[in-house]
Amino acid sequence: MNAALPSPQPGAATGGSANLSSGVRAVLEAADLSRAVTRIAHEILERTKGGSDVVLLGIPTRGVGLARRLAERMSEVEGRSFAAGSLDITMYRDDLRLRPARALAHTDVPGGDVDGKLVVLVDDVLFSGRTIRAALDALGELGRPRAVQLAVLVDRGHRELPIKADYVGKNLPTSRHEQVTVLIEEVDGRDAVLLSPAEGAAQ
Amino acid sequence: MTKHLISAGDLSRDDALLILDTATQLARLADRPIKKLPTLRGRTVVNLFYEDSTRTRTSFEAAAKRLSADVINFSAKGSSVSKGESLKDTALTLEAMGADGVVIRHQASGAPHRLANWIKGSVVNAGDGTHEHPTQALLDAFTMRRHLGNLESRRVAIVGDVLHSRVARSNVLLLNTLGAEVTLVAPPTLLPVGVEGWPCGHSFDLDSVLAKTDVVMMLRVQRERMNDSYFPNAREYSRRYGLDAARMAMLPEHAIVMHPGPMNRGMEIAAEVADSMRSVIVEQVANGVSVRMAVLYLLLGGNVSAIGAESSEPSTSSERELEPADTGQRRRRSDFAGEEA
Repeated sequence: MNAALPSPQPGAATGGSANLSSGVRAVLEAADLSRAVTRIAHEILERTKGGSDVVLLGIPTRGVGLARRLAERMSEVEGRSFAAGSLDITMYRDDLRLRPARALAHTDVPGGDVDGKLVVLVDDVLFSGRTIRAALDALGELGRPRAVQLAVLVDRGHRELPIKADYVGKNLPTSRHEQVTVLIEEVDGRDAVLLSPAEGAAQ
Repeated sequence: MTKHLISAGDLSRDDALLILDTATQLARLADRPIKKLPTLRGRTVVNLFYEDSTRTRTSFEAAAKRLSADVINFSAKGSSVSKGESLKDTALTLEAMGADGVVIRHQASGAPHRLANWIKGSVVNAGDGTHEHPTQALLDAFTMRRHLGNLESRRVAIVGDVLHSRVARSNVLLLNTLGAEVTLVAPPTLLPVGVEGWPCGHSFDLDSVLAKTDVVMMLRVQRERMNDSYFPNAREYSRRYGLDAARMAMLPEHAIVMHPGPMNRGMEIAAEVADSMRSVIVEQVANGVSVRMAVLYLLLGGNVSAIGAESSEPSTSSERELEPADTGQRRRRSDFAGEEA
């Protein structure tokens, strides 16, 4: 979902310390993020009555790491293993024609197919909803799930499409000009959610 | 920004790896029930083929269609070309029809380069005379990577009619970019003049090369481009430069056998070798679709090409670009309306 913004450069994120003076603040620290993931894992299990037919699909890049963590927590709680996969949505984006073609990410569906399964899409930030729209298109070509649900770490509002998350780590009211950056250990070497004011003119 | 794919030598290492990595992801599409992506919906790709081709044209057609592009196939036979229309006029006609990408195969070396100056869309070279065939080199590199992993300091022998082979030239350039060590093996008459200046080694003795080779790529003897006798007879060529079972046994355990096709079984490659476990020839064809999808996606998928994103100018510098072999078959100037550069 970050993609709705100028994509969250790892550089911009790691440059966080330098930006601190300019008003970057951590909305969630590592422990908060971990508690949010644990709560979502419980909610998924509760809502899906044990999650017997749940397939977790993360949206690259950071959604994949979050999906993997959810699968780990769910496995711990239920005592049986849940697998997490990834769903690349690049080819289905509605802003493809607005910039050079991007490198593709990996699509990997645990168990091979999604037919008749309950797919939980996992992403880091829910913003315009356009990423999820693309993800639904991508998913439709992989098979026909029984149902699709959406789990996000941060819902920052400003939806441009009629899309709503089923599981939310934190509702974060933001201005359009602000930037939300999710950092996760696997990618960024640190767990956090940062809120920074827009740099210069807003997009 | 490199809007066109004319020469494998224009690709930087990063570009080449981006194409190969993209192709790796796209290859997975073949396992899906719906082998189609919406990415190039509304884009038009013209296949402009002045030379006979089965595999390359169908491969480009399949690639474009899997990306949902509209495909117009144009072959010189049965078109206005047989009425004397020049390449430029044909190009402008296609341009007027709104072609976003033109895939061109032409018997004249350099035709895609000329075409690129005449039309606004992207030009992809699908083989020009004895010059280059960059997507073949990319699919060969893709196939090698699947079997051998990283190509850094891998040893590749390209054997046969190098003189007339655009596949050999593109492979030498690309494999050099990717860090592989290439050795061209051919009778002296079938090596191009100036091969010493190519970024590769060469040898006249196949047997001495085989034992230390990770990939052996056999080339077809292109009789249709020959207007001289380059070797005494087919039997002698085959005995000295053909890959048979005995020679294949000299290869290291992990080595693979490739051929860009079409094959002349019994000539440059024995049937038992072509059908052996080491042969990846059929796989090369399947990989061709994935690689061409990657090229079309990266050239046409965004607002501007994603290839050569860092460099502002395509490197058409003379040191990277090898001159086409002087094969005696002169460029047909009549194909080039307009002024020669």
